[in-house]
Amino acid sequence: MNGAEEMSWLETRNLQSVALGEIPVHPIEMLRRHVIDSVAAGKRLVQFFGDRTDSGDTIYAVLADDNASRLYIASSLLRGRKSFASMTPEVPAAHLFERELYEEFGIEPVGHPWLKPLRKGIPGIDENEDQYGFFSMKGEEVHEVGVGPIHAGVIEPGHFRFSCHGEKVYQLEIKLGFQHRGVEELFVRNASRPIYLEKLAESVAGDTVIGHAGGFIRAYESLAGTSVPRRAKVIRTVALELERIAVHLGDLSALSGDVAYLTGNSVFGALRTKVINTTMAICGNRFGRGLMKLGGVDFDFTPDLHDRILDTINKLEDDVALASEVLFSSASVLERFEKTGVVSKETATAIGMVGPAARASGVPVDVRSDHPFGGFEFLAVHKLTLPGGDVFARAYLRFIEIQQSLKIISEQLGGLTVGPVRQTAGLPAADRIVVSLTEGWRGEIAYVLISDSEANIRKVKVKDPSFNNWFALSLAVRGEGISDFPLCNKSFNLSYCGFDL
Amino acid sequence: MPKAVAEIVIVISPLFFIGLISKVKSLWAGRKGAPVLQPYYDFFKLMGKGEVISTTTSPVFRIAPSIGIAATFFALTIIPIPVFGSVIHFEGDFVLFAYLLGLSKFLMVLGALDTGSSFEGMGASREVTYSTIVETAFFIVIGSLALLTRHFSFETIFASVNLASGFSPLVKILLVVSLFIMLLAEGSRVPVDDPNTHLELTMIHEVMVLDYSGPDLAFIQYTASLKMTIISILIADLLVPSSLALIPACALSASIVALVFVSVGVVESLIARSRISHIPQFLFLMTTLSLTSFAVVAFFLFGIIR
Repeated sequence: MNGAEEMSWLETRNLQSVALGEIPVHPIEMLRRHVIDSVAAGKRLVQFFGDRTDSGDTIYAVLADDNASRLYIASSLLRGRKSFASMTPEVPAAHLFERELYEEFGIEPVGHPWLKPLRKGIPGIDENEDQYGFFSMKGEEVHEVGVGPIHAGVIEPGHFRFSCHGEKVYQLEIKLGFQHRGVEELFVRNASRPIYLEKLAESVAGDTVIGHAGGFIRAYESLAGTSVPRRAKVIRTVALELERIAVHLGDLSALSGDVAYLTGNSVFGALRTKVINTTMAICGNRFGRGLMKLGGVDFDFTPDLHDRILDTINKLEDDVALASEVLFSSASVLERFEKTGVVSKETATAIGMVGPAARASGVPVDVRSDHPFGGFEFLAVHKLTLPGGDVFARAYLRFIEIQQSLKIISEQLGGLTVGPVRQTAGLPAADRIVVSLTEGWRGEIAYVLISDSEANIRKVKVKDPSFNNWFALSLAVRGEGISDFPLCNKSFNLSYCGFDL
Repeated sequence: MPKAVAEIVIVISPLFFIGLISKVKSLWAGRKGAPVLQPYYDFFKLMGKGEVISTTTSPVFRIAPSIGIAATFFALTIIPIPVFGSVIHFEGDFVLFAYLLGLSKFLMVLGALDTGSSFEGMGASREVTYSTIVETAFFIVIGSLALLTRHFSFETIFASVNLASGFSPLVKILLVVSLFIMLLAEGSRVPVDDPNTHLELTMIHEVMVLDYSGPDLAFIQYTASLKMTIISILIADLLVPSSLALIPACALSASIVALVFVSVGVVESLIARSRISHIPQFLFLMTTLSLTSFAVVAFFLFGIIR
């Protein structure tokens, strides 16, 4: 990074809080230019959001340099301006961030190619559903298929609109926002009630309890300067990896179910139960609720529990290997998985995909090794990638990630030190900002916390990995048979409520 | 009189066989599974329910399930039950049989299109596409049997199929596999269709009946199971020697039919469902097998007899 760039960005790291005053403030045109240049130079857009205070609207941009483990923050004070030139045409990854900005603050990204409501609709602009403006195709044999927002089965609400020619999908438009709960505002409104905050973070996405709670809690601890005991970090890591294993196993089971492969469906489903039961043995809840606390964790590993987890992990290793061998050697399953729903590496990079879905397209992003947090500071995680970008790659990557996580857990348990598992959490320092990145099972969970001059948390920005990856699903099904959509969808397994917040 | 008893047993049995498939799949998956008689409880539950009928539909939607079940019952009377023979038989009755099944399907397709739902339209289009392949293959199956036996009615064909020639075992194996594929297709089973999925976009048969409820749905489910039973009886017809005495013949036929359904369960446990675009390839396997048997009959057997 040269001198000029140092002036334009504040360099920081994951979970390292910085004073708000240190962040460079640019005119919006300059900020836009800096983002475009930096993304072109290989950095990744992590956050791009607005913040409304008495002195006006501020836009913050957070970029990540994954190779150097650095984060870069810059801002722009809008001073009453209500529009700026969209950067989505140059930086496709900014697409949803700009729509979010438009929806929340009415700040219009001029020239945005797909400017529509994102979640709740824009007051005074898009209150009417009919004005949403779905993309539509015309043609004699072109037909539209609308699915949802109410689905068969236990699925969250979301609307999918396909433009098809016979069985072939030309275009899929996804409309979400049916689960908008105002999570970010709830965080701010209850900033003085730590227990509420912990519970809320656990509920951002019900399938990523440890991931989201960890992401928020570490950000808060960083603002408050709380140092978490080593033993608590280990327990948190074990819980996070158990969550990853459990969901990945559940996904392999569901992927098998979607292609009507009974053996995989039942075997992986049974294995998942063993894992979530282990989480229950730790904290009394199968999804890990109640474990993560500000300052540490609420449950310690007794020697019995320690042995039980190790025992489960060891048994699981063989069972998973056996079940996966059967699944991935079944010709009828491979016929469905291979070359289905392909996302190329170029596309994945351009639209800013994260997590296993990105790694299955060959993009090496993994917060655990790029921007180590918690227990991963003492642990080298090898980034696993696959080249295919198809359903097979996303499925197979889950299998090898399960194996990796099992190893991480047994290593962590081996190095468990004696000591307390919880520290009294302090209060946030005044006028600071912190970026917290966490590799949840679905990918990068990004929290940004800003405190005001009275040391209250004034702004909480949440980004679930689903936010990055939903668009990839739209692109993955282009040119596929419409009957393969459910399979593609499952291979991403994205969160609706995590997106809707 | 015994023939009437046999027909009644067959009319009652199809739901049991559906329960048998579920049981096999459950055991394979390591679960206890629902009782084998569960489909009967479901049937009577549905019969006792009211119906919700979409306001956009016409009377076609209402009558489709009833005509479907009636046509399938009619088809049942044409096929010969091993040793008992058929209720109705005449020269060329298998053509009527094929078109009775076709009529039942045609009305289901009309009923599906009648709802105006894009899902059901897709299901109907898939159903019709695959039927064209299966129907043709079925005629080749019957054609090779007719050529082999020089008879043109189900009953006389199956009565003489065992005596026809030394080539019949080979022809029989090919035809049994063909009929099994037809059963998987007509019964909407894996790998052609997935009877258990909740994903409308991938369904074929299930999506066409999404709008039906109550007794109509019960009729549809029963019709589907009766169709599978009819095809499995045709398989039994091929395999049960006509020289057997009544009791062993009944026992053997029942075991063959049960075995066919157990095989369906095993197939569903072991393989995944095909990609929609690859299903025709699977169905053309039936065409290929039946054509092969036709060729065997025509070239070797026919030539030798001449």
